[in-house]
Amino acid sequence: MSIRATGATARRVLLQIRRDPRTIALLLVVPAGLLVLLYFIFDGQEATFQKIGAPLCGLFPFIVMFLITSIAMLRERTSGTLERLMTMPLGKADVLFGYGIAFGLLAALQAIVVCSVGFVALGLDSPHGAWLVGLLAIGNAVLGMALGLLASAFARTEFQAVQFMPAFIFPQLLLCGLFVARDSMAPALDTISYALPLTYAYDALALVTEPGDLGGDFAVDVLVVAGATIASLGLGALTLRRRTE
Amino acid sequence: MATDQPAPPAIAIRDLDVVRGDNHVLHGVSLEVPAGKITGLLGPSGCGKSTLMRSIVGVQIVGGGEIEVLGAAAGSPELRPRVGYVTQAPSVYGDLSVAENLGYFGSLYGVGSDRIATTIGTVGLRGFEGRITGTLSGGQRSRVSLATALLNDPDLLVLDEPTVGLDPVLRDELWRTFGELAKAGTTLLVSSHVMDEAGECDELLLMREGRLLRQTTPAALREETGQQDLGKAFLTVIERSEQPS
Ligand SMILES: Nc1ncnc2c1ncn2[C@@H]1O[C@H](COP(=O)(O)OP(=O)(O)O)[C@@H](O)[C@H]1O
Ligand SMILES: [Mg+2]
Repeated sequence: MSIRATGATARRVLLQIRRDPRTIALLLVVPAGLLVLLYFIFDGQEATFQKIGAPLCGLFPFIVMFLITSIAMLRERTSGTLERLMTMPLGKADVLFGYGIAFGLLAALQAIVVCSVGFVALGLDSPHGAWLVGLLAIGNAVLGMALGLLASAFARTEFQAVQFMPAFIFPQLLLCGLFVARDSMAPALDTISYALPLTYAYDALALVTEPGDLGGDFAVDVLVVAGATIASLGLGALTLRRRTE
Repeated sequence: MATDQPAPPAIAIRDLDVVRGDNHVLHGVSLEVPAGKITGLLGPSGCGKSTLMRSIVGVQIVGGGEIEVLGAAAGSPELRPRVGYVTQAPSVYGDLSVAENLGYFGSLYGVGSDRIATTIGTVGLRGFEGRITGTLSGGQRSRVSLATALLNDPDLLVLDEPTVGLDPVLRDELWRTFGELAKAGTTLLVSSHVMDEAGECDELLLMREGRLLRQTTPAALREETGQQDLGKAFLTVIERSEQPS
């Protein structure tokens, strides 16, 4: 791994995003817009908006980064640029961390925008500090990126890549406890939810946006999310093959 | 005397076998590519030229055989800065400008902006630096792709059909560039399915259906077949190879 190659890759990824105003809008405007939409959907139901909107601020980056990374990496794989990079003096870690740094920066921007709108403009509460929601959001974004990178290895076209959203991300969103508390789901679903990384990402956000002690559960949540991120990055690295059929 | 000995070949391949999916693509190919010359790899579409080149640059999973490139096993890390590879389909970032593409690949090789400017001139793209690569014509895009491989002045250039889709004037210019590179000591392996281009090469590798039919030179091929036209000469070789001897 070299700092120069990693930095150059991060810069290149950011330049590509800059050339694509719609993606920038998806990153920065859409999450905040959806939050405003939610605010008016739960018109006058402050408690419900708080319960769903506050954790959602930290989940948006996960969803968006998964989508963007799976498509971007698929393009690298299918356009021949990845094959080309693999013949150059550049490590796999340079590619992974290059993407990680670029998308991590974008996630930070996204978190700042969505948290400002949610916790400042729309009056959401974060008893443990909006900055903590922002940090969790960045962590979740990196998790989304790592999973997207891994997913891109199992798609052959962009059409297949977007199918991972309804197939793998939506179920996790439904089961994570955001919409219905997990202990009131069918017991089998509650059990399944323990195996899904988004459950822990949500749980940490729920703890941070509710009054009361963070306690040991919060540490467990953060560790699980970090572990899932490292595991998917490791698996993703395995799919960056120098040699292919 | 050491100086009287012929230079060792830039590429030496023995009994190369490659299977891709259900296709047995290369059948026991053995050949040598001399250093400091232009070697043309010629054969009809689908005969295995790209697969052979992928094997040489170390991105192809090979079934058997040995490939030595510049004295090291194909795909060794120490070869990465010394071997330039241009894939058949242009492998550059379509959403970046010409200058940004070359800037990225240049920073991976650690070359400066002077070198980038020179290389843009070499491939005849001066004035196009600011253009988005995806909006260029196919021939221009493939020259951006070529430029990225020329940036660090590699010892060996592996070019997969670099002149396909170029108009005759440009084609001529590129072959002149290849000649200059060879004169300066670079080894070039250039594939083409157009026999016209064989006349531009010092050495010829004639392939068909995953087998090497001949390793020869344009003059020797003409003499062997009694055909002045190299396309007809190739056909003669194919006919003779099909007759049981
Ligand atoms: N990824 C692949 N999987 C399976 N077969 C492949 C793959 N790529 C190429 N082939 C097959 O290998 C053969 C040689 O292909 P290729 O090396 O691209 O030939 P050329 O470059 O001479 O046109 C063809 O029959 C092609 O169908
Ligand atoms: Mg080919």
